[in-house]
Amino acid sequence: MTTKLFGEPVQRREDPRLLAGHGRYLDDLGSGALAVAFVRSPHAHARIRDIDVAPALDVDGLVAIYTWEDLPERVGRPLPLLIPHPALTHGRTAYPLARDVVRHVGEPVVMVVATDRYLAEDVCALIEVDYEPLKAVVGLEEAAHGAALVHDDVPGNVGAHLVQEVLSAAGRGAAEAIEAAPHTLAFRLDIERSASTPLEGRGVYARWDGTDLRVYSSTQTSTSVRMAIAAALGLPLPHVEVIAPDVGGGFGVKIVHPWPEEILVPWAAMLLGRELKWTEDRREHFIAAAHERGQVQHVRVGFDDDGRVLGLDVTILHDHGAYTPYGIIVPIITATQLLGPYRIGAYRVEFSAVYTNTVQVTPYRGAGRPQGVFCMERTMDKIARYLGKDRTQVREVNFIQPDEFPYDQGMIFQDGRPLIYDSGDYPRMLRMVKELIGWDDFRPAPGRGIGIGCYVEGTGVGPYEGGHVQITSDGRVHVSTGLTSQGQGHETVFAQIAADRLGVPIERVSVVTGDTRRFGYAVGTFASRAAVMSGNAIALACAKVREKALRIAGDALEADPADLTISEGLVHVAGSPSASIPLSTVAVLANPLRYAFDEETAKATQFAGTASPDRPPVAEGEEPGLEGRGYYSPIRSTFAAGMHAAIVETDPLTAEIKVVRYVVVHDCGKLINPMIVEGQIHGGVAQGIGGALYERMAYDADGQLQNASFMDFLMPYATEVPRIETGHLETPSPLNPLGIKGAGEAGVIPVSAVIASALEDAEGIEIDRMPISPSELFDLRGG
Amino acid sequence: MTAEHEITLTVNGTARRVTVPGRRLLSDCLRHDVGLTGTHVGCEHGVCGCCTVLLDGQPVRSCLTFAVTVDGREITTVEGLAGPEGLSPVQRAFAECHALQCGFCTPGFLCTVTALLRENPAPTDEEVLEGISGNLCRCTGYQNIAKAVHRAAELLAEEA
Ligand code: FES
Ligand code: FES
Repeated sequence: MTTKLFGEPVQRREDPRLLAGHGRYLDDLGSGALAVAFVRSPHAHARIRDIDVAPALDVDGLVAIYTWEDLPERVGRPLPLLIPHPALTHGRTAYPLARDVVRHVGEPVVMVVATDRYLAEDVCALIEVDYEPLKAVVGLEEAAHGAALVHDDVPGNVGAHLVQEVLSAAGRGAAEAIEAAPHTLAFRLDIERSASTPLEGRGVYARWDGTDLRVYSSTQTSTSVRMAIAAALGLPLPHVEVIAPDVGGGFGVKIVHPWPEEILVPWAAMLLGRELKWTEDRREHFIAAAHERGQVQHVRVGFDDDGRVLGLDVTILHDHGAYTPYGIIVPIITATQLLGPYRIGAYRVEFSAVYTNTVQVTPYRGAGRPQGVFCMERTMDKIARYLGKDRTQVREVNFIQPDEFPYDQGMIFQDGRPLIYDSGDYPRMLRMVKELIGWDDFRPAPGRGIGIGCYVEGTGVGPYEGGHVQITSDGRVHVSTGLTSQGQGHETVFAQIAADRLGVPIERVSVVTGDTRRFGYAVGTFASRAAVMSGNAIALACAKVREKALRIAGDALEADPADLTISEGLVHVAGSPSASIPLSTVAVLANPLRYAFDEETAKATQFAGTASPDRPPVAEGEEPGLEGRGYYSPIRSTFAAGMHAAIVETDPLTAEIKVVRYVVVHDCGKLINPMIVEGQIHGGVAQGIGGALYERMAYDADGQLQNASFMDFLMPYATEVPRIETGHLETPSPLNPLGIKGAGEAGVIPVSAVIASALEDAEGIEIDRMPISPSELFDLRGG
Repeated sequence: MTAEHEITLTVNGTARRVTVPGRRLLSDCLRHDVGLTGTHVGCEHGVCGCCTVLLDGQPVRSCLTFAVTVDGREITTVEGLAGPEGLSPVQRAFAECHALQCGFCTPGFLCTVTALLRENPAPTDEEVLEGISGNLCRCTGYQNIAKAVHRAAELLAEEA
């Protein structure tokens, strides 16, 4: 039997290429393409009076200039609203190029094509746009106040309003349950804006050959970009291919599509009959892509003497920026995932999502969960503080118990399906995290505190993913799946699954993701779903291929397929490796041939004597080739969980904050590759530390983003991230054949809650808004 | 129209003659004129370190360097780190320690670390952190990068 790879820290198959500098990222392609640049709005809110391109017309190398007026009707329509929801009563999306009004700094107004990017930017600088500035709506409270409007036809700036309520076992609503509870608390919690900020920005490269359009995009969903482009440009789907090449990080922002640029660049490439490329620069990414996180949350909680929550009422104000292409997924996730590992008596959550004249808000790794977890975990800490109890005890009395799974939280999750947790063991996880950090032995001291945070994460959301597996006549295995990769190691983990399932050495397996030429049906990479969805789909495809291989080999070896097995790429009778046939030959036999082109394929030709003359060469219901497809479509999401704890130290004078220990216990079901899972957790925690201590989007009252550069938006360097100690618990998911749950977002989710908890312990001051800087801590201390 | 300049750069040991305008960044020159796209651009304002290359052996930010100012100099990019026997010890250590995910920051780290270990073949934990603290990575959380630096030091010592 070939060594088992599933569960092993197999080294990454993508690394040699990336380490040698041979990665193919978007801007590494299309060396002969014309360059695209955009004139973007310098105002947060303004009416466009006039656009004068005349001063730019003499620039050498200018090819074309387009404004909204130049776009055909179909191309000039507002971008699609990707996820409609009945509660999103006033969804609004942008035009690909601004029409009459701009609603945030960075909105594209004019598109320029030139022979090189420097020249395209020269042209942009010379185009004169006359704006009539309008009142900018900035900040949640100003937006909610509704005095000035972002969209004239959206009263009060309210895009969506949603209430979900779960009654207690006794049939009580939250208000009543809180009223009747022995103790109640009420407080407000704030989280600032941050953003995914991958090191590679967005980018689009398009080529049109007169019949077929091929588009490369640095995206998290090539299949859906393809459908969006086909629809916008009026092209039949089979004539459009979209490829996500190597992508330099996504973290959520690149799931949004179609970006204006994803429509405009292919459109102009067709019109001009030239290859076109647009590569986003860093400032563009800050002001024209997407942000997340910004929410204000009001909590009321009622609890008993043990700290058991009897009723919880949360009101969320969510800032979705200027437009809502991604709907209201973020606040929906906050509202539902807030419940974490707890059974809450009665729960009511209400959110209003309001427009502001800022960059649109769409999911960033964690996607609303960091805010929800911050709410719930702050609540647990406050209850403990009020009752004078240990913070872990209060959590423990509220945990869902291992024998209560599947556990129905009584709500509707982001996939439109019931929020039912499939499996988990929260008490055990708490014991593990306490032991790892030494919770019970920790001696608090002034300026030194310990904190904890727990979360549950719905992962692997549907509707489906697919996989295609083909064994070619050289014995190589080619795996493809439609979803995309941005550094998660899919080429490795999917190869591990295929190698195991097919009994071939991993060196013979290659994996392609995000290329619609290879696999056209997919949803995308987000919501910690890739391993669960495509992993299982590929396993199912492998099962089909394996079955076919055994059947063909059984004919050739005159053996019962049930007695056959595959190892090291050889099909043989189990226990007797002497009678064997290589998969390469099986692949040849699977495809009856008329013409031979080498010795191997000669075996499949009509006079080779390998096929029975009494049966059709391709039996009824069969297909030529040793290949198969599999699709995995789960009934609902699978729920991973984790608990983090940290020790922080603060400087008595400068209020500088240092995270001295950070521990993570994580349960994502069965691990395919522990090395990769651990890497995902490290990266997530680092982003969480950024969100807890450094990162914020500093908009001024006029809607100018004051820190739109890496100089001013403080992403953690190596010196800011603590060493992360990890422990794993494996409660397999009963929902999928591989028993796995998602891991991609886990690291980031509870970090703000954990750091707040530890800081509160160190300082004895309530920490109710994140991130927190040394100067803010200094101020909280009373200066 | 900006004036063009003919310059010669020795890139990874090969002399390359290119004609560039005075404002052409070294990063763009390497990527688009010389055709070596392994050097990446993450910010173009000198903060992320993705564009780090070795100029006469010293790490520099190619996005803050005009190509014309390095006429006649020696440049090593990520494509030049591997030897005839394959990946360099630093590159291999990165693979072994899972020090890269999306790989976009990696060329900058590899160049930085290669220079770091040349100068200081056995750095302490502190020195490693200090040494990589000018490069941003959004994926890895840096822990495995620091580990890879130590591992590369070991490999270099073994293979010396
Ligand atoms: S691209 Fe040069 S430092 Fe960021
Ligand atoms: S590996 Fe993605 S930015 Fe470092």
